[in-house]
Amino acid sequence: MPTVSMTVNGQAVSADVDARTLLVEYVREHLRLTGTHVGCDTSQCGACVVHLNGRAVKSCTTLAAQCEGAEVTTIEGLANGDDLHPMQEAFRENHGLQCGFCTPGMIMAAVDIVNRHGNDVDEQTIREELEGNLCRCTGYHNIVKSISAGAESMGS
Amino acid sequence: MYPFSYHRPTSVRKAATMLEKAEDPKLLAGGHTLLPTMKQRLAAPSDLVDLSGVEGMDAIEVKGRTLHVGAMARHADVAASEVVQEAIPALAGLAGGIGDPHVRARGTIGGSVANNDPNADYPAACLGLGATIVTNKRKIPADDFFVGMFETALEDGEIITKVTFPIPRKAGYAKFPNPASRYALVGVFASKRGKEIRVAVTGAAPCVFRASDMEEALAARFAPKSLEGVSIADDDLNSDIHASAAYRAHLVGVMARRAVAAA
Repeated sequence: MPTVSMTVNGQAVSADVDARTLLVEYVREHLRLTGTHVGCDTSQCGACVVHLNGRAVKSCTTLAAQCEGAEVTTIEGLANGDDLHPMQEAFRENHGLQCGFCTPGMIMAAVDIVNRHGNDVDEQTIREELEGNLCRCTGYHNIVKSISAGAESMGS
Repeated sequence: MYPFSYHRPTSVRKAATMLEKAEDPKLLAGGHTLLPTMKQRLAAPSDLVDLSGVEGMDAIEVKGRTLHVGAMARHADVAASEVVQEAIPALAGLAGGIGDPHVRARGTIGGSVANNDPNADYPAACLGLGATIVTNKRKIPADDFFVGMFETALEDGEIITKVTFPIPRKAGYAKFPNPASRYALVGVFASKRGKEIRVAVTGAAPCVFRASDMEEALAARFAPKSLEGVSIADDDLNSDIHASAAYRAHLVGVMARRAVAAA
């Protein structure tokens, strides 16, 4: 079994895992960070989005072994202690979730959108950039509103 | 997934040695086709040889009048690359339209080209620009590379190291994406470089192909108007739940005119 070592939410972690272990399985089942969800398990829904070396990726379609030496951030790594990340706060303020299942992936994707497009990212771009995240409650309108608000407060 | 052994060599040579030694190996690039296929148990390689540990394999640069894109360059990198945007903007645009942002952060040009999915975007760019697929053993012109459905000229143990694109005077890509997968229901890449005109069609048939009637029509004048009345036969086109062959044939005409207009 390969040994994988990486940094998850700022903590160095290491484990012997079966080569088949997906990053999402490693995060949820080995590290017990269950905020990252498995929705479709076919790289379509985006519930499993985490940041890998600063980029949003689908952790259901990445092997843990491929992340050797990498920096991984999950939804648990966004808040600063009890202070929510501005994007998390924006989702709360704007009712950016209904059942909440897609929310961790939405928020990780949202932060990535702001990182790439800046704090004044427009609504059309947000909608296009959400291509890889599905909300089966179809609550997209408030999700887009949340991301706009979160983008702005991330800059202030 | 069935069990496999995982390797992450640091050079192409080491990767080639691993491929030789393993019983039924597969190369792993971005993994966004291979891993889902393995999850469905449609592929069960004995060994995965991950190329992400090979330094410099994702380099993007212009040498003379040719754009070199390393096999491990991710779609997001190609889309955001100022070098690509300046040399062949249509190629940057094509890369930025593959899948979704998370898929583009992982998927690679080498993986896409080696897989030769009938609905993939990159094969259209390679054929539509007259690219050369460079491997650890030889250089293969795109015209000889895409052999059939999911089939290429690659031999066992051959590793794509980069793809080189001659910089055209004009190039455009237009695709009608499947609304769910963003794969091309039909995509057309058109380019003009000196007297050479290329029109490559993906998504419509079992394998990417050149529309020679359209190329001839564009020879007089490289403009959408030149394509009016030029249609392609639907005999060998795909027909499935997404679109009939006749509909695809119609889309080829529309996408070709849009690609030329965008060039």
